Amino acid sequence: MSVTVSIPTPLRGFTAGQDTIQLPGQTVGEVLDGLLAAHGGLKRHLFQDDGRLRNFVNLYLNETDIRHLSATATPVQAGDVLTIVPSIAGGSPALGSEAALSHAEVLRYSRHLLLPEVGIAGQRKLKSARVLTVGAGGLGSPLSLYLAAAGVGTIGIVDFDVVDLTNLQRQIVHGTSTLGQPKLESAEARLSDVNPNVRIEKHETRLTSQNALEILREYDIVVDGTDNFPTRYLVNDACVLLGKPNVYGSIFRFEGQASVFYAREGPCYRCLYSEPPPPGLVPSCAEGGVLGVLPGIIGSIQALETIKRIIGAGDSLIGRLLLFDALKLRFRELQLRKDPSCPVCGEQPTIRELIDYEAFCGIGAEPAYDGPEITAEELSREMQQKGPELVLIDVREPHEWEIAHIEGARLIPLGQLPERLGELDGHSEIVTHCHHGVRSMKALQLLKGAGFSRVRSLAGGIDAWADRIEVGMPRY
Amino acid sequence: MTLRVSERLMGTIHREGERAYPGECCGVLAGQPGEIKEVRRLLPVVNRRAADPHRYLIAPEDLQRVEAEVRHDSLEVLGFYHSHPDHPAAPSAFDAEHAWPWYSYLIVRIDRGRAVEATSWQLAVDRSAMLPESLDVFNEV
Repeated sequence: MSVTVSIPTPLRGFTAGQDTIQLPGQTVGEVLDGLLAAHGGLKRHLFQDDGRLRNFVNLYLNETDIRHLSATATPVQAGDVLTIVPSIAGGSPALGSEAALSHAEVLRYSRHLLLPEVGIAGQRKLKSARVLTVGAGGLGSPLSLYLAAAGVGTIGIVDFDVVDLTNLQRQIVHGTSTLGQPKLESAEARLSDVNPNVRIEKHETRLTSQNALEILREYDIVVDGTDNFPTRYLVNDACVLLGKPNVYGSIFRFEGQASVFYAREGPCYRCLYSEPPPPGLVPSCAEGGVLGVLPGIIGSIQALETIKRIIGAGDSLIGRLLLFDALKLRFRELQLRKDPSCPVCGEQPTIRELIDYEAFCGIGAEPAYDGPEITAEELSREMQQKGPELVLIDVREPHEWEIAHIEGARLIPLGQLPERLGELDGHSEIVTHCHHGVRSMKALQLLKGAGFSRVRSLAGGIDAWADRIEVGMPRY
Repeated sequence: MTLRVSERLMGTIHREGERAYPGECCGVLAGQPGEIKEVRRLLPVVNRRAADPHRYLIAPEDLQRVEAEVRHDSLEVLGFYHSHPDHPAAPSAFDAEHAWPWYSYLIVRIDRGRAVEATSWQLAVDRSAMLPESLDVFNEV
C-alpha cells in the first residue's frame, strides 16, 4: 500500500528537490518513519527534540488535519495524499520570558543590573510585565514616570481628563506645554521621552462596572491612583474577581496611605473599609487641598511595591497599611487582617460581579437613614458629666477597634446588634458610633425600632473624634 | 543568499508596518526563486493572532490559498515580511523557533510609528540560528 507525500517548497532542499514522494505504510506514523529514513534532514524541521510534531507543522491526510483524526495513528489507504502544510508564525520580542535586553537597554538599566535583587533576570521580568495605572493624576504621575524609567515593558493608563493648570502643582508627568491636552496624550509623550522602550496603552475612558473587567484582565498588576470612592471600590472588587494584586494609595492634604490588596494572599480594600464614608464627608483633593509633594511620596511607594512584586524581592505591603503624615514626617504601620465575612473576598462572598458603585457610595441618592446626632465636642463634654450613665456603643468591626477606639466605649459590631439587644438597658442614654457615621445611623434605627428611646449617633464617627477631640489617635 | 526587492514594494511594506503600528503587520513575498530571489508581488494575509500585538500567524489554509494564487502567475512563495514595532529588525527567539528553512523572513522595524530599517533572514539548515541575507533594494526605473 503506497501513499503520496507532498513536500512544501521550503523542505524540498532536503528531498533532492522532489515535491512528492511515494511511500508505503499502514498509518501516518509509518509513512513518516519511511520519509525520515529516506530523508533524515527533514526530521529536525518537522519534529521537536521530544519526538512530537512541531506546532507550526500541519499534516493533512487528503483534506483533513490529522490532529482531527487519530494523529500519527491514523490509518492510511492506497492512493491517499499526505500533505505537509506550514503555518507561519513570528513576532517581536516583547513577550514573556523571552524578553531579551538590547545592548542599549543593558546600559540604560546598568544601575539596576548591579543589584543582585534585580539583575538581568529581574530586568527581563520588568520588561515582560504589564501594569495598569488607574488615573494619570497626582499618584499616577510619579508612579508612571518611575515605572517607565525602571523599564516596565507595558504600562496601561486609564484616564479621560485633560491637563488643567491646577494639576501642575503635583501632576509632574504633565507640563505647561501640554495644558489642555488629554492627560493620556500628555503622559504618553513624557513617558516615551523618559524611556522609548516602554509601550504605553491608552484607555481614554472612565472606568465603569461595564468595562473594568475587560480592561483590567489584560494586566498583571493594577495600581490604583484614583481620587474617589466609587472607582476605588470598583478597582478593588474587579481585582478580587480577576485575582490581580491592587497596589493602593490615597492622599489627602498632608496625609497619605498605601497598601497592597491582594485577596489571594491577604486582605482586600473592603476588609479594611467595608463601607464607604457618606458622600461629601471626605473632601476630595479639589475640595480639601493637598501638598504637591505628598502624592510624589505615596505614588513612589506604589511604584516601589509594583516593581518589588514583579521582580519578587523584599517584603510587600500585603496585610499592612502604611500611614504617612507629611507635617510630622512620620510613617506608621497598621497590621491588616483578612475579614472572613468580607462581602467580596470572604468565605461566603455576596458580591460575585461588579455592582453600581455610584449607588453603593450613595452618590446621587438621598441619605437612607436619619436620626438625632451628637457632635464629637458634645459627646466629649457629656461623657465627662455623665460618666458611665452614658452608654457609648462602637458598632464597627473588631479589626477596626484594634486600630483605634474611644476609651469607655463598648464594641458591638452592627451585625451582632440585633441578637445582643438584651445586653442593653432600655432606659439608658445611648450614643452609637462607627467610622464615619453611616453604620451608627443604621444601629440607631435598629435600636429605635426595638424600643430604645434615648439614642443618638456620633456625627462623623470616630474619625471626627480623632480629628477634633483625641488628636494623635490613629486614623484610617 | 540575496533577496531583491524594488523600492516601490519596499515602500509598500514600510507603509503597511506604519499603518499596523503599534500592532504588527504580516504578508507574503512572492516572486522568482533562485540564487537571487526576486520579489515581484506582495500579498497581504490575515494575521490570525491580531489580538496580540507582538505576534503574527498565517494559518496553513491561508498559505495554501496564497500559494495556489501565486503559482497561477508562475511565481513561488519566497518568504514572509512582518514588522517589529519599537524593536530591532532582528529575529526574535520566537521567530527563530517557528521559522522554516529556505524561506526569506523580511523584518521591518517601526519606531514610534515610523519605518526605519528592514533586514532579511534565513533559518540555518540545522535550525541553530537565523542568518542574515543580503537585501538588495533596487530602483525599477
